[in-house]
Amino acid sequence: MSSPELDVRYVAHLARIDLSDAEITQFQSQLGRVLEYVEQLKQVDVSAVEPTAHANAVYNVFRADEPLPSLEKSAALANAPRQANGLITVTKVVE
Amino acid sequence: MSLPDLSVAELQAKLRARELTPLDALDALEARIAAVDPQVQAYLSRDLETARAEAAQADVSLPLGGVPIGIKDVINVTGQPCTAASKILAPYRAPYDATVIAKLRAAGAVPFGRLNLDEFAMGSSTENSAYQPTRNPWDLTRIPGGSSGGSAAAVAAREAFATLGSDTGGSIRQPAALCGCVGLKPTYGRVSRYGLIAFASSLDQIGPFTRTTRDAGLMLNAIAGRDPRDSTSLDQPVNDATALLGRDLKGVRLGIPKEYFVDGMDPQVRTAVETAIKQCESLGAELVEVSLPHTEFAVGVYYIIATAEASANLARFDGVRYGHRADAPKDLLDHYKRTREEGFGSEVKRRIILGTYVLSSGYYDAYYLRAQKVRTLIRQDFTNAFAQCDALVCPTSPDLAFKLGERTDDPLRMYLADIFTIAANLAGICGLSVPCGFGEADGKKLPVGLQFLGQPFDEARLLQIAHAYEQSTDWHLAAPAL
Repeated sequence: MSSPELDVRYVAHLARIDLSDAEITQFQSQLGRVLEYVEQLKQVDVSAVEPTAHANAVYNVFRADEPLPSLEKSAALANAPRQANGLITVTKVVE
Repeated sequence: MSLPDLSVAELQAKLRARELTPLDALDALEARIAAVDPQVQAYLSRDLETARAEAAQADVSLPLGGVPIGIKDVINVTGQPCTAASKILAPYRAPYDATVIAKLRAAGAVPFGRLNLDEFAMGSSTENSAYQPTRNPWDLTRIPGGSSGGSAAAVAAREAFATLGSDTGGSIRQPAALCGCVGLKPTYGRVSRYGLIAFASSLDQIGPFTRTTRDAGLMLNAIAGRDPRDSTSLDQPVNDATALLGRDLKGVRLGIPKEYFVDGMDPQVRTAVETAIKQCESLGAELVEVSLPHTEFAVGVYYIIATAEASANLARFDGVRYGHRADAPKDLLDHYKRTREEGFGSEVKRRIILGTYVLSSGYYDAYYLRAQKVRTLIRQDFTNAFAQCDALVCPTSPDLAFKLGERTDDPLRMYLADIFTIAANLAGICGLSVPCGFGEADGKKLPVGLQFLGQPFDEARLLQIAHAYEQSTDWHLAAPAL
């Protein structure tokens, strides 16, 4: 079974992931079954129910606006795949 | 009894009495790992030299002084790998300590070893690791559960005294059950997640694996508390989680959720759990049948919310600031797409795609918003149940450990392995699994876990109840033959 709505190729593009044709076929069928399973949620009357985003929610968590120690520049750069002149190198965006 | 068989509390007593040194403990553990880990495959990496240097300086008078603690490879420890069992983080070295690590160090503990998991904690069998499957110490042809399978297997196999894992939908409790150890998922907000690689931020919580409930309390004492670096950690008093240990079950009301005793669960699990519940009754607990009417929707709600949050959290793996980067990208889009194709495994891609879909324009209300509303009903189920009882008791997993490879082609069936653990994450309550007996398959004994679920911030009571049960049995003393 596959969901007529879910277009794996398009959603993979939105998620910025290349997939092989074999993966697209496989995911289409597997995720189709998962979506079919979650259809059961439509049985629940939620018309008068507020959504829960966090189980134990807290609001307006502030701290004093004071500078605190953070990562040294060298530590922050140490994991960058490409870097030059103390900066992270990003693949060219504009022509 | 050999040194690696000691509980944390027993080890501490010997360290403080100067019968052993922290270096003895570490070296005994390393010898045990060298002997059995080629079969169990719980560890992804170890840095013995650094740990030995830290152990040599350890102050054994501190609460966990000199105790080596294994760490799930999803929690940052300065200078160590933190792969999340993913190829995309293969080159990464942690530049800082997670708050739980800083707290363990402050308590005198020595972080030692990186433990295997399902990639990005997505899975129930640890087979989704990009590096290796971990095997169940009770039967090496079977899975240890997941996602914290390495953390559970290491404790069960006496390759660690205690470990840290993370639990998003059961990733501590389910592997603890299948490996026969204690696994505690604290209340959402109890433990800081700063430095934990995020999977689903409204569900993730860090917690310990140990061989006894007392040790779980000692570990929780060390890591609990509000952290300004995690704004979701809650400002609740951190009471001694071991304070109530030793009290009996007289006057304790245990709720039995009728929806958790379903057809299709392994009859050996059912028998062990029902026997354990009778044992609690004989110890003085009052049993109350309760109902959690929205239980059947928990897995569906979870796989919408968790994948939605994961798709956002994993957007950070872009091959720019850290981790794997595709070679010679022709433009930025190609850079992102190939980096992520090459870096992520199948299950991670599947979940990112599902999560992206349920959040996408036109489907948000039908899937994500609806799931958040049903989540409210699941939370209310627990609030109503806790009005009638002090804690809930039920199975941790419907199954015994299954065979490696048995479910890898069927994601939905794998997801249903979490059916008894997921609701606690959705509701934000605390839960733990404690050994309650064995089933048998192919002539091998396989552990069964008993799950206790407690009200938010009621970990001390949960541990009291589990401890009273544990101390009336020998299950927690059983060790796999390796």
